[in-house]
Amino acid sequence: MAIVAQGISVSLSGRCVLNAADVTLQPGEMLGIVGPNGAGKTTLLRVLAGLLKPDQGSVRYDGSSARELGRRALARRVAFLAQDGATAWSLCVEAVVGLGRLPHRPPFGGESEADRAAVANAMALCDVAAFAGRTFGTLSGGEGRRVLLARALAVEAAYLLADEPLAGLDPGHQLDTLQRLRSVAAEGAGVAVVLHDLSLAARFCDRLLLLDRGRRIADGAPGEVLGDQLLADVFGVTALRGQRDGTPFLLPWQTINQKGSPHDGA
Amino acid sequence: MKHRAGAGLRTLVLLPVLGLVILITAAASLAVGYAALPLDQAFADAIAGRASLPALVLLELRLPRALLGALVGFSLGMAGAAMQGLMRNPLAEPGVVGISSAAALGAVAAFYSGLSATVALALPLGGIAGALSATLVLFVLLGRGASTMTLILAGVALNSFAGAATALALNLAPNPYAALEIVFWLMGSLADRSMSHVWLVLPLMLAGWLLMASTAPALDALSLGEETAASLGFDLTWLLARLIGGAALAVGSAVAVTGAIGFVGLVVPHLLRPLVGHRPGKLLVASGLGGAILVLAADLGVRLAPVRPELKLGVVTALIGAPFLFALVQRLRREAL
Repeated sequence: MAIVAQGISVSLSGRCVLNAADVTLQPGEMLGIVGPNGAGKTTLLRVLAGLLKPDQGSVRYDGSSARELGRRALARRVAFLAQDGATAWSLCVEAVVGLGRLPHRPPFGGESEADRAAVANAMALCDVAAFAGRTFGTLSGGEGRRVLLARALAVEAAYLLADEPLAGLDPGHQLDTLQRLRSVAAEGAGVAVVLHDLSLAARFCDRLLLLDRGRRIADGAPGEVLGDQLLADVFGVTALRGQRDGTPFLLPWQTINQKGSPHDGA
Repeated sequence: MKHRAGAGLRTLVLLPVLGLVILITAAASLAVGYAALPLDQAFADAIAGRASLPALVLLELRLPRALLGALVGFSLGMAGAAMQGLMRNPLAEPGVVGISSAAALGAVAAFYSGLSATVALALPLGGIAGALSATLVLFVLLGRGASTMTLILAGVALNSFAGAATALALNLAPNPYAALEIVFWLMGSLADRSMSHVWLVLPLMLAGWLLMASTAPALDALSLGEETAASLGFDLTWLLARLIGGAALAVGSAVAVTGAIGFVGLVVPHLLRPLVGHRPGKLLVASGLGGAILVLAADLGVRLAPVRPELKLGVVTALIGAPFLFALVQRLRREAL
């Protein structure tokens, strides 16, 4: 039981974006996908979600390929939370969350008891039930993101793939979002999340996948992946490290210039 | 909570209410005409199968006119809602991908070639042929993996080509009367259509409506963007194919029998959208019903207005529609502020 992607290579407009990357996502774990800009993180997530067919390599969902599962079955098994968080029409919050139930609905069918329960549950999990009747467009950025997360959770999929769910959120909402994703993983779902903030990635993820220029550089516990040498090689930064209540943390501190000597990044 | 219950109830009641209004306008459409028609006698004769004058007027003139008004209006309204849902833009309309102008061109070609004078139904058949050719072009593009944006651009190209070719037909018209006839036909009308027109377009329209209605969940999903819609199990190319095919069948045959009737597909979805909780999927059928009402009412207006020669239907819908469009622009501007 896992999403297993092997040897994933993708070229977009002639540029090699992913080069023979491997990744596995187990149920119940929270996997962080990190790497510098242009490393191929989002592309890898889209391949995992079945939104992009890789040029080479295979993705298997609990042993089956996307083709064997079919679109709708895949949509029920893998939920995808896109980075772009807008809705086209003035839909109310409950309707937006309800869209997560579409893969479960038979053609021309209405919403079932299970649909209503899943929507109510997802809204409660993301703390958005209080404004269920409000128009999505009138919400603040943080509230809107919570609604879209609830939409993804309403799918009740075994795997949740989130593309930069923290982008544009204030620190409180960032922590809040990661807590929610952690609790989703604790309930048994496999959660993969693309993150830019290394401090938060190290703290909240069970496992990190480090990508650089389309290649998998490291895959393992946050402490191993974000060692000083890899931080310098891949990100070109040094980090401050410390401990709080027994939990280690790191803070990117300085950029390293090309000659290898640190200079003041702040 | 109160708000949601209200919205649900409104949506639930909306379709029966719209259906009822259609019945009323259709009944009025049967009752109104240039000659006084003793309706009770007409119905009695028609049911008894007596070929009396009132029965003939009812069955040969009034009934096809009312039926076509409802069918054409439904097609335009539904296709408008479908295109707006697809483009995620309230200013899209059924003609945006070029099908209606291609249908008009096809009919004009039938006119111009003189076929319409010799072959019965040459006009609508020409229109349907025009719509199908445009659809073929769009499908070839789709087969090469076209996006919504490519489709809009292709629509612009198709629209300008069909417009230019129609202007060419006018330019080369053998005499001013032929040109005038083409211009009048293009303005859209339900006058003097027969039941054979109804039978010709009914199956095409039904197929088109079904195809468009089948996209309702996909259009709902699309309101979260193409990527999220795909992650919910909806294939964008398959959605585009169904929508274009459905719109081509419904709108192409509507234009083929009545000429161009503008603004219905633009205005009706916009008016009804708040009443279905802004859900693009639910809007499809509601907008179809609303379109039928608008066309039937406009056609009533055409016959009731003390203006001779008879006003053209496309003129009346545009006259009604333009102020609504202004109101829409105003509202969009306020929302943007």
